[in-house]
Amino acid sequence: MYENSITVTGLRKRYGPVTALDGMSFTVEPGRVTGFVGPNGAGKSTTMRVILGLDRPSAGEARVGNRPYRSLRYPLRHLGALLDAGALHPARTGRNHLLWLARTQGLPASRVDAVLDRVGLRSVARRRAGGYSLGMRQRLGIAAALLGDPPALMLDEPFNGMDPEGIIWMRGFLQSLAQQGRTVLVSSHLMGELEGTAGHVIVVGRGRVVADAGVAELIARMSGDRILLRTPATDRAVAALTGAGGHVEPAGPDTLVVTRLAADRVSALLTAAAVPVTELAPHRATLEEVYLRLTRDVTEFRGEAEEVAR
Amino acid sequence: MSAGTAERSGFARLLSAEWTKLRTVRGWLIGLAVGALLTAGVGMFIASATVCSQPGPNGSFVACSNTSGPDGREVTDRFFFLHRPLTGNGQLTVRITDVRAAQAWAKAGIIIKQNTRSGSSYAAIMVTPGHGVRMQYDFTHDVAGPSGAVSRTAPRWLRLTRAGNRVTGEASGDGRHWTTVGTATLTALPRTAQLGLFVGTPPDSGLTQSLTESTQHVGSALATARFDQLTVAGGTTGTSWTGTDIGDTGGMRTAAGGRQREGDAFTLHGSGDIGPAVSPLLPVTPIERTLIGTFAGLIAVAVVAIAFVTAEYRRGMVRSTLAASPRRIRVLAAKAVVMGSAAFVVGLAGSAAAVALGSMLLRANGNAVAAVPLGTELRAIVGTAALLAVTAILAMAVGSIVRHSAAAITLVIAGLVFPYLVTAGAPVLPAATANWVLRLSPAAGFAIQQTQVRYPQVDTAYTPFNGYFPLSPWLGFAVLCGYAVLALAVAGFLLRRRDA
Repeated sequence: MYENSITVTGLRKRYGPVTALDGMSFTVEPGRVTGFVGPNGAGKSTTMRVILGLDRPSAGEARVGNRPYRSLRYPLRHLGALLDAGALHPARTGRNHLLWLARTQGLPASRVDAVLDRVGLRSVARRRAGGYSLGMRQRLGIAAALLGDPPALMLDEPFNGMDPEGIIWMRGFLQSLAQQGRTVLVSSHLMGELEGTAGHVIVVGRGRVVADAGVAELIARMSGDRILLRTPATDRAVAALTGAGGHVEPAGPDTLVVTRLAADRVSALLTAAAVPVTELAPHRATLEEVYLRLTRDVTEFRGEAEEVAR
Repeated sequence: MSAGTAERSGFARLLSAEWTKLRTVRGWLIGLAVGALLTAGVGMFIASATVCSQPGPNGSFVACSNTSGPDGREVTDRFFFLHRPLTGNGQLTVRITDVRAAQAWAKAGIIIKQNTRSGSSYAAIMVTPGHGVRMQYDFTHDVAGPSGAVSRTAPRWLRLTRAGNRVTGEASGDGRHWTTVGTATLTALPRTAQLGLFVGTPPDSGLTQSLTESTQHVGSALATARFDQLTVAGGTTGTSWTGTDIGDTGGMRTAAGGRQREGDAFTLHGSGDIGPAVSPLLPVTPIERTLIGTFAGLIAVAVVAIAFVTAEYRRGMVRSTLAASPRRIRVLAAKAVVMGSAAFVVGLAGSAAAVALGSMLLRANGNAVAAVPLGTELRAIVGTAALLAVTAILAMAVGSIVRHSAAAITLVIAGLVFPYLVTAGAPVLPAATANWVLRLSPAAGFAIQQTQVRYPQVDTAYTPFNGYFPLSPWLGFAVLCGYAVLALAVAGFLLRRRDA
């Protein structure tokens, strides 16, 4: 437990008949970017609102550095958050938006200028925020999160609306924050956005954690015994491998993914059946694939569970 | 943080943050300025369009004016006076056997007066057709004596005694057993004052009120009273009686008074009244007439106050606010203090300008603006600022409860502005209903602007439309404050309970 880690334990939250959180538990450690991923409606934003003391959970609790957020005297000096980049008054300038926030924390106006410089908004700081592009608003939201120089940051979908250049900037920026020893939790509904940025991911679905692991470990685990096979004679290959108990799925033109058979056994079976092979290699999953499989499993599992319950 | 930053207390930080929010949205500043302009401007417009004139000498018309009483406030002082000078202490006793007048507040009796100038100091003991024996002095003071009307079979003896600057009035049903009705101390009474009999009656009046017009019908009236058994004791008195129509100048000319003598009996005729000048019976314009734009200024300020809260909800900014300041009740309190203070400053600028410039315009147009004590005038001006401040807080709290600007504005207008407009703004509702509306609704707070005083001894239409509220200024204001406190409490409760 670090003084700047974020911990949620057994969070449950219902909105009428909808269960938003169903026993959400995890700890976010400092020093790395942690991805917080799951399909829309998986409970990411609700969890973040609970962490910030904005929503009251039906059960469970959230802590920042082992203290409930609402007990912090200067909360923005402990945890900076970006929930919704559009949450600003369009008539107020970007600088004034940060200024009132700074006043709540007893921070001087010089701190406002410092964070505006940091996110590259100095030149437009005195313009009405209503005229900002979504990317500029995201940067303003990041500036607001950085205002109290907090050791922990929590950003909800910060890549939304950013152009490719902005996405590259954001990735570098998040990594530099993590390298400074801060806790960085970044949510996204697109795993691909976090590839190469997040060192750790918490995958959620239907209000609970599906996977909580390092990215490398997760990919290795999910790649597992999958073998990629390229052959112009897919029909014969399928026949040869399924006959020996293998499971074959098409994965593109002339491409198959084989499971339930070891690589040397596949090689031997294909040789015996005289199937021409263009490529035969262990399959390495992308983070996106891992995510899709994990979240699909959640959905299927839930579907079966509901049937059993009936 | 940096060494130069003074660590301010938590609430001061919140006030600074909320003030920063308010001042950095230009539309809100414009809205507040519009509030001040409307508060001042509507009244000034009305004042510039209100002209008062009354018939002057030789068929001309002159500016409306009223007589000033001993304390500087406007009075009406017209009656028929049969008098002679009294030097030093003395006493007059008389029997009244008949009073004929249409008005319950017609007056006949004994009066001692500083001089025959209208508006000078006096004390009098009198009988009235509808309100028994009264002792009245210096226009605003009225003490009830024995009740009952006077007739030939039930005459009434009256006695007025001067001892130094003390004047005592007594009444008797048989001329032997006397009841002291009251004692007045008149510092303005000279060594030689005028003592005698008087008769007067308020004019017959009626009032037509509708949505578009309010017309006061004033008819001339005459009262007749019969006096006998007149005795004067003590002091040095003149020997002959002089009959004078006091205050028989200027506009509303009344029927001429007069007297007949039959042996030791006098029959006197007189018209006109002795008492405080009361609107709308007389053309005195109360200063709060210049504050008629308050309701419009109040709408502008309420719109800003509501937007101050609902804009945060509409855009989700309230999450930033509450994440930065998790103690939600303090956030609401800071918003209330900032919004209330801004509205107070705006209201004070508007009401001070309205009263200063509006009464100047009224006077320029021939209106007689009622003289009121400085404290009362300041209460109306500062009270108007407070009215805007409390309304802003109420509107803000309603905005926080319903979290929707159009709904909140509708509620504030329906609950506060509309009840005011249909009662005090225009006589849409009957006076009795209007009085209940102004007791129970937040519009009761407009009472803080009232400078006119109700006098039980003067009959007139004491209706909200004429500027008379059913509750006293501070009590009415307290009703509005009660609504604001209730709304804040509900807003605070919901803010704590609801998810942001």
